[in-house]
Amino acid sequence: MAKNSAASFLLRFSHGAKRYFALALVLTCGGIVFSFVLPLIVGYTVDTVIGAKEPNLPPFLLKWLPQGGGELSKSLLECTLAVLLCALLSGVLTFFARVCLATGTERLTRSLRDTLFDHIQKLPFKWHTENRTGDIIQRCTQDVSMVQRFVAQQLIEIMRILLLVAVAVIIMFQLNTILAIIATAYVPVVLTYSLLFYSSVASEFLACDEAEGELMVHIQENLTGVRVVRAFGRERYELDKFDEKNEVFINRWIKLGDTLGWFFTIGDVFSSSLLLVICAVGAVLCVRGTVTLGTFLVFLSYAATLAWPVRMLGRILSEVSKTTVSIARLDEILRAEPETEKEGALRPPLDGDIVFENVSFAYGEQEVLRNVSFTIERGTTLGILGATGSGKSSLTYLLNRLFDLEPGCGRITIGGVDIRDIDRFYLRRNVGLVLQDPFLFSRTIMENIDIAARSGDLERVREKAAVAAVDEAVIAMPKQYDTLVGERGVTLSGGQKQRIAIARTLMLDAPIMIFDDSMSSLDAETDARIRKALREHARGATVILISHRISTLMLCDKIIVLEDGRIADCGTHEELISRPGLYRRVYDLQTDSGEEGEK
Amino acid sequence: MNRTEESARLSLSVWKRLLPYMKSVRRHFIMALVLMIVSALISSAYPVFTAFAVSAFIEPGQLKGLPLFVVAYFAAILVDGAASLFFFRHSMKVELYLAKDIRRKAFVHLQELSIPFFNKTSVGYLLARVMSDVDRISSVIAWGMTHALWNVGYVVGAFVYMFILKPSLALMLLAYVPVITAVVWFFQSKIIRVQRKVREVNSEITGAYNEGITGAKVTKTLVIEDVMAREFSAVTQKMYRYSIRSSRLAAFLTPLMSIAGAAAVGTVLYKGGLLVGEQLMDFGVLSALITYALGIVEPIVQLVGMLENVIVAQVGIERVTALIDEPVTVADTPEVIEKYGDVFNPKKENWEPIRGDITFENVSFRYPDGDEDVLHDFNLHIPAGTTVAIVGETGAGKSTLVNLACRFFEPTKGRVLIDGKDSRLRSTLWLHSSLGYVLQTPFLFSGTVMENIRYGRLDATDEEVIAAAKLVSADVVVARLPKGYDEPVGEGGDRLSAGEKQLISLARAVLADPPIFVLDEATASVDTETEKLIQNAISRVLKGRTSFIIAHRLSTIRDADLILVVDKGRIVEKGTHAELLRKGGRYAALCRAMQLREEKFSVPELEE
Repeated sequence: MAKNSAASFLLRFSHGAKRYFALALVLTCGGIVFSFVLPLIVGYTVDTVIGAKEPNLPPFLLKWLPQGGGELSKSLLECTLAVLLCALLSGVLTFFARVCLATGTERLTRSLRDTLFDHIQKLPFKWHTENRTGDIIQRCTQDVSMVQRFVAQQLIEIMRILLLVAVAVIIMFQLNTILAIIATAYVPVVLTYSLLFYSSVASEFLACDEAEGELMVHIQENLTGVRVVRAFGRERYELDKFDEKNEVFINRWIKLGDTLGWFFTIGDVFSSSLLLVICAVGAVLCVRGTVTLGTFLVFLSYAATLAWPVRMLGRILSEVSKTTVSIARLDEILRAEPETEKEGALRPPLDGDIVFENVSFAYGEQEVLRNVSFTIERGTTLGILGATGSGKSSLTYLLNRLFDLEPGCGRITIGGVDIRDIDRFYLRRNVGLVLQDPFLFSRTIMENIDIAARSGDLERVREKAAVAAVDEAVIAMPKQYDTLVGERGVTLSGGQKQRIAIARTLMLDAPIMIFDDSMSSLDAETDARIRKALREHARGATVILISHRISTLMLCDKIIVLEDGRIADCGTHEELISRPGLYRRVYDLQTDSGEEGEK
Repeated sequence: MNRTEESARLSLSVWKRLLPYMKSVRRHFIMALVLMIVSALISSAYPVFTAFAVSAFIEPGQLKGLPLFVVAYFAAILVDGAASLFFFRHSMKVELYLAKDIRRKAFVHLQELSIPFFNKTSVGYLLARVMSDVDRISSVIAWGMTHALWNVGYVVGAFVYMFILKPSLALMLLAYVPVITAVVWFFQSKIIRVQRKVREVNSEITGAYNEGITGAKVTKTLVIEDVMAREFSAVTQKMYRYSIRSSRLAAFLTPLMSIAGAAAVGTVLYKGGLLVGEQLMDFGVLSALITYALGIVEPIVQLVGMLENVIVAQVGIERVTALIDEPVTVADTPEVIEKYGDVFNPKKENWEPIRGDITFENVSFRYPDGDEDVLHDFNLHIPAGTTVAIVGETGAGKSTLVNLACRFFEPTKGRVLIDGKDSRLRSTLWLHSSLGYVLQTPFLFSGTVMENIRYGRLDATDEEVIAAAKLVSADVVVARLPKGYDEPVGEGGDRLSAGEKQLISLARAVLADPPIFVLDEATASVDTETEKLIQNAISRVLKGRTSFIIAHRLSTIRDADLILVVDKGRIVEKGTHAELLRKGGRYAALCRAMQLREEKFSVPELEE
């Protein structure tokens, strides 16, 4: 990814953060100036106040300082106060600079996180089925931290160091050219030195990372495959392999450590030597009278201030490329096209007949539905029976527009309106779909049931829960509807989850309801109870029931039998059991068992 | 579970747990500490050199002795450099060897821990302990401790030189030290507290992403995208608040410290200036003292700043030692280890051959976290070579019996006899080495197909590996792979399909030629062709071995010598297929349900 697109990425999320960054920069600049003035005052004090020599200071500073020749203790006190004032100003400016920087960074991060989350929520279902959860989460967490760190630490640090160098150079050249040249020459030399070093050892760092990765994979596989290890009694073998990888990893680092040790040591020696050179050259210049003692001290202080940041700069610059990789990974998510609705999408009443006309559908290469046509009259109940993979769930996804029909693959209409012309969000709100796998959010039962309706009405929630035959079970819990479910809460049984999911969908009061095998974990009795309650509760709604249970399906107004994506048979229960076919066979099996069928 | 709360207090007893590991790095550690002190003392002497330059050359205005001064100064720099270099190497070794030893200890223990432990602990959690916690601990010891010592050494050194140069001023500066320390300490402990909040909210954010992404389908069907985004925004708002608070606290330290430094400089400047004015002190000493006044603040800030790392590392130590202390629930007695060896050093010469005759004798069993017996006074004899099918609903507790027979658990009461002898009188490894275990979700290690099959018997030749593959028809699958037996299978076998993995894991089990076989039959749908291969392979493998099958397919169950029906962890029916069908109970019902599931496969047969 090119650098400038990384920059435009950052700018995109800097809305409301830019002024903080700008302010931070200005304040930092101010802080640096004052921190550089401080040694100047000390130098002046030594030269002029104590030593009674000609001052070597910019005139604007001189105005504020006591002139030489006065009473020593008074002048000294004034200088001391000036030093304190300088420190105070520098400190206060730096404080506000850091606060601004933090505010800007946090705003940017927050906006990035919110945008990512919102965007991911709105990406089509297809995208979610094609991307791995772990990978996306990793991007949203680790890559975001990477960007955050870059902005908060690296970007501003680079600017700060550059400012530092610039201010130092300007002031130093005003004081003494020779010493200034020595101190300035240090900057590019050390910068080149660390930049070259970090880019040359990049491959060694990579080798270390790889060795660590291998060790980690070994441990992970050993733990994931622990049953295999035990079953074959391979503990010794695994330990030997672990030792080998542990050894490789350690040795890589020790080797790199030697190189790093030399690098740091040379850097240290170099920085200390700069002080030595300035000290020696400064002494000579002082003796010759070109430099005052105060200026000499000022230079020593500046050289010490510059030494470390300049060495850091090399390191930071070498790490910038890592951030562009993270940005590219995040940008990839944000570039995916979210679900939108076109202008003027219809919002017709959805209480008409549902018609599937020659519907075909495929996941990639795999054909799921082939030329399926049927009609569900308004207010009736349709049952669907079919083996796993026969295309039952796909039917519901299409009706709900989780997937859109490709052109030329037939059409689905509700009350005569093609659903592709209906606002998809409006459609989903009016087609209550209870999924096979009842996913609950980690919050209270009340919040879970009320999540879509947002009514805050416990009476209504309880009423729906009662229809879904779960009210009693919830009331029996110590915290009742305030019971927290999910990862951090209580573990519910599969049946309880399904019933809560049903109640949640009932809250929508949708004119069309689909139950996609959503009572599979319930016993036949509860299943029957829920259906009975439903018939009374949602009179007039059009209902689609998908089930493996004949007892669930038998009371439907019409039942279709799906086999390999085609409608193999269609009719009422009586019709279907009167002729051979899948429905009949399943019926025979289930009524035989004496357990599954309704007596 | 397993989560240790972060406490802000330092606890010596926690750190003491590291002592045994320090033994092997003791020499490096001591060397690193000594070298750090040397470096600190030299670094703190640099201002003295400057002072000398001022007093000896600048003030008198002469340059005699300058070359010698430069040489001496440079020599000090070189010694300092050498100390740093060797310190770095020793410290690096402390870090790496310490990490290596602790990690190894943890890994060894993980090999000994019983299977139930792995059922309740996630791999991610364990991996974090073994990798990042260990790294954190060793880096705090190797770098944190030594740098802390350097900072202490620098401050102490600086004061020693200052006392030599000018005791009265040194004494004045000394008064600043406790003040600075107290202020930094105060802020640092506040920062640590906010930082902990930040970490908490951070994991909340990760959780929210996780939920938002895994629950995306539900979110879409309920059209609550905006609700979810709004709620997420509330969490990031919280994060924003804490982060800002934390950085504000950290930022506050900066002006405080620069003012503290300036105050110290001011003191020196004022008092020292007066002394110089009265000719009681020279400029050189003044310059050195000014440098010190500025220089002692940073080391103190650094020293206190270490506190956070130390506390985080302490939590790491607590978690790692908790892992190492985790009791091994199925452990061999010392007598057994004496005779048969332990898991790493087995004495195979003493191992009896195993036939596979298994007897449950008055066995009662209760899961460690359960509150009632799932088996009570259970008796069952499984003669060698019997095929036992265990059937029941998902989550009914089908694996209990297998876990007991394989000694992944031990009975709460009663005995499990293998070939007529209590299995606790032999080593676990002896029994485990005689097991073939094929899981529902077969696990392969990254490496080639060949390496994976050979895992069953490490000294098998290529020919033997290929023969095993042929026996279970895995060769058909291998032939389809571009590189055949040298095809890498990817992490966890990811690059192969479920069916392919199943066949290779069967080949692996066959190569081991175990007298006892445990098979958790797959329910995952595989294509019809592979499905048939697997079916045939299984029936070939089971021949002549004692086997337990956690069964999902009617065909496998029908052919079993004994069928056990499990419900809610208890065995509710027992007998052959014919017996149980006649009985018309739970098994008969299950059988019909299964028939329905398999309807899809049996349809073509019926129609032909």
